[in-house]
Amino acid sequence: MSFQSVWFILIVVLWVGYFILEGFDFGVGMLLPFVSRNEADRRAVLTTLGPVWDGNEVWLLVAGGATFAAFPEWYATLFSGFYLPLFLILVGLIVRGVAFEYRSKYGKAQWRQRWDIAIVVASALPSLLWGVAFANIVRGVPLEKSASGSIEYVGGFFNLLNPYALLGGIVTLTVFLTHGAHFLALKTDGEIRVRAHALAIKLGLVSAVAAVAFLAWSNLMLPSINAKFLTLSVATALFWVAGLGANYLRREGWAFIASSLAITTFVTGLFVALYPRVMPSSLGSQFDLTITNASSTEYTLKVMTVVAVVMTPLVLIYQGWTYWVFRKRVSASQIMHPERGVLDTLHL
Amino acid sequence: MHALDLARWQFAITTVYHFLFVPITIGMAFLVAGLQTAWFRTNKLKYLRATKFFGRLFLINFAIGVVTGIVQEFQFGMNWSSYSRFVGDIFGAPLAMEGLLAFFLESTFLGLWIFGWDRLPKKIHLASIWLAATGTLLSAYFILAANSWMQHPVGYILNATKGRAELTNIFTVLTQKTALATFFHTIPSAAFTGAAFIAGVSAWLIIKKKDIEMSRTTLKAGLVTMLISFVLVGFSGDFTSRVMTQQQPMKMAAAEALYTTTDSAPFSLLTIGSLDGSRSVFQIDIPSVLSFLSTGDFKGVVEGVNDLQTKYETQYGPGDYKPNIPLAYWSFRLMMGFGFIAAFFALLALWQLRKGGTPKGKWFAPAMISLPFLPLLANSFGWIFTETARQPWAVFGLIKTADGVSTVVSAGAVLFTMIAFTVLYGVLAFIEVGLILKTIHNGPRPEEDFEVASIGGSADRPLVMSY
Ligand code: HDD
Ligand code: HEM
Ligand code: HEM
Repeated sequence: MSFQSVWFILIVVLWVGYFILEGFDFGVGMLLPFVSRNEADRRAVLTTLGPVWDGNEVWLLVAGGATFAAFPEWYATLFSGFYLPLFLILVGLIVRGVAFEYRSKYGKAQWRQRWDIAIVVASALPSLLWGVAFANIVRGVPLEKSASGSIEYVGGFFNLLNPYALLGGIVTLTVFLTHGAHFLALKTDGEIRVRAHALAIKLGLVSAVAAVAFLAWSNLMLPSINAKFLTLSVATALFWVAGLGANYLRREGWAFIASSLAITTFVTGLFVALYPRVMPSSLGSQFDLTITNASSTEYTLKVMTVVAVVMTPLVLIYQGWTYWVFRKRVSASQIMHPERGVLDTLHL
Repeated sequence: MHALDLARWQFAITTVYHFLFVPITIGMAFLVAGLQTAWFRTNKLKYLRATKFFGRLFLINFAIGVVTGIVQEFQFGMNWSSYSRFVGDIFGAPLAMEGLLAFFLESTFLGLWIFGWDRLPKKIHLASIWLAATGTLLSAYFILAANSWMQHPVGYILNATKGRAELTNIFTVLTQKTALATFFHTIPSAAFTGAAFIAGVSAWLIIKKKDIEMSRTTLKAGLVTMLISFVLVGFSGDFTSRVMTQQQPMKMAAAEALYTTTDSAPFSLLTIGSLDGSRSVFQIDIPSVLSFLSTGDFKGVVEGVNDLQTKYETQYGPGDYKPNIPLAYWSFRLMMGFGFIAAFFALLALWQLRKGGTPKGKWFAPAMISLPFLPLLANSFGWIFTETARQPWAVFGLIKTADGVSTVVSAGAVLFTMIAFTVLYGVLAFIEVGLILKTIHNGPRPEEDFEVASIGGSADRPLVMSY
């Protein structure tokens, strides 16, 4: 196997990791007002994310950095082409991170409500836009050779808002909502857990419809049936249904594992459909970006492979350990003085 | 304005902003780890209270450091896609390594530290802040190596058919002199900054007569760290100057507004140049010092701007190879100047502390309030100097900034995002300064709060471990 294929696979791994991990914390962020009835609930919900959200986000940073290192042409074309959606995603990530960290500093209801709105919107925006972006990549966007020989995006912003891509956005949005509900059901206790169960079923059914429609459309869009993609699509549907079933049976761990697996097969499937292209052009396959014409040199790929092979298992071990350390369920009753902000009083 | 100018402004605004939080994060991570270690060793309550108090300030700062960093990661592709295509084979590697080796470490162990006070054994909890601090160092190292490659490209060949630079030796890139010099200049600068922050805050508590005992300890620790790191900053700055003169003589010439090649070149304290920046009208100089700074020899030859311009024209073809000279000249001096003032205040305060009492005098309050800001200014001017005096090059000798900008992004789009980021950053700054001031105003948590439980005390518990 060529190093280019290795790096294609590694980048798939990074995106899968990102969507599983930040997927649930986008979901939890969006669900915040819908699973909570009072301040203690809200703080309990956010505390499930507290120790992990930043580590989850680093998966995206590494996916970005790895794309830059391994497929610079892809990095350059993608991020300059999808300029405004990416900008909106960045704004979402900025606002969300700050909101998590600052919301409970003061107890004032207005202060907290504002941050809550920020958390919901800033979680929903990237959830939707990542789907839109990936669907566009799969569908193919107008790419053309520029005067200097590089392959550049020549569509506008509204080109990206086609029905297929919007459906893709709805899929990621609802999938993350469901996945987040599974996570909450697993990580909380009491009322929140009950509400998360109920919501997971409803949201899961909606996302099942959206995802099946999207995957069917994606499979039919290809010039010929791609057996691997088809298999992975079917697997996605099965895992998804299994997750909903497990949730129905109150098997929370299994529900979360199943939705994680569904995300894995879903994302992998889309990349398999692309392979060996990384960004197909809708203006003719001579303008496709592929793992060959977008990649770095073999030397760079080798260097990066060594780093990735050594570091990725280590990262998985210590991140996994964090989840183990914080494995206990959080419940609203553990939050003492929920209304009190850290900075409200001089003396407690 | 063109997309190019806007993209440059956007880059400058977002990076300088990011770097207001970065040095505080790096410096404070180690100082907070040190305070916690002191508590671990001595079991004295004042160290625990200091750890929690400064830890809280550290985290408020860290939050913005993280979110502004995310923008940096993607900005190269968004606004500088031609640059990214040209350098990606080399430049992407340290960026990816930074993520894999540093950001994961930093974020994961900081999460463990914040939420792990009563979940982790004391020793492991202490280890997590040290690991997070190590993460900040690694992060600095890789990103500075990437930046150093732009100052002085090594370990590469040019591939004419692909029109890009390609990596031939990663070790050269990671260990070249420029990277080491910059690392050993930037890290003590960060320690200087973090320590100044802690010293300034402690001094304020003393002025407000709050927690004198704890604050004296942290004030002293901060001031001593400042002085030690300032010495290192000076040494590495001197070394950096030499490396820079060798590699980018135009930068040194610009920094000194030295227009013609001279031996025994003087170091100028003040220069007023002609409007077009082609020669100086009035200068106050210290004889031979520039020669010494840049070559290590008082008689050394230092090349001047005009001679270098002629030389570069023959080497790289026609064009303007002069950076913005007044900017380079002043930013270089302001970097050093603000640093010296801060170090001087630190020395003065430490001197008075040595005599046992608390520092008095009219100068103390304003000096201590300005203490955290001076190094921030020095840092910003250091970067403004380093980056603007490299112009017109993005990568010295290889690709000009003008050729690096994204061709498919319209000026309108860049303008829009620039305004949006600036407004958003402004709002965030407002909120974060408010939180910092409020935290300082509240002061460290009173001792009674810690007496209840073994770690942290019960009243503190819900606040440490929940959002
Ligand atoms: C000398 C040090 C230094 C320099 C020059 C830069 N940074 Fe930085 N960066 C850090 C030192 C740092 C840090 C100390 O590691 C931070 C600061 C606060 C923090 O949370 O971590 C950080 C955070 C940070 C993050 C968030 C990490 C997370 O989620 O935990 C990203 C993605 C970047 N940076 C990326 C960049 C890029 C692409 C830069 C170049 C333009 C850059 N930084 C300049
Ligand atoms: C964090 C500290 C940094 C600060 C404060 C800083 C500051 C600046 C400033 C002020 C400019 C504008 C120069 C001009 O346009 O005249 C600039 C340019 C640039 N810098 Fe940095 N820089 C920093 C770190 C870095 C690092 C670490 C990298 C690379 C890894 C980098 C890459 C660039 C690039 C690509 C440009 C060209 C774009 C432009 O001219 O605006 N910078 N930087
Ligand atoms: C004491 C005298 C100092 C000297 C002689 C000195 C020298 C230098 C030089 C020559 C550069 C340019 C490096 C290059 O472009 O390749 C530089 C950059 C820089 N300086 Fe200083 N400096 C001094 C003090 C300070 C202080 C007090 C601070 C901050 C607290 C500071 C922070 C920086 C930063 C952040 C940079 C940009 C990063 C880099 O290129 O290393 N410097 N300094």
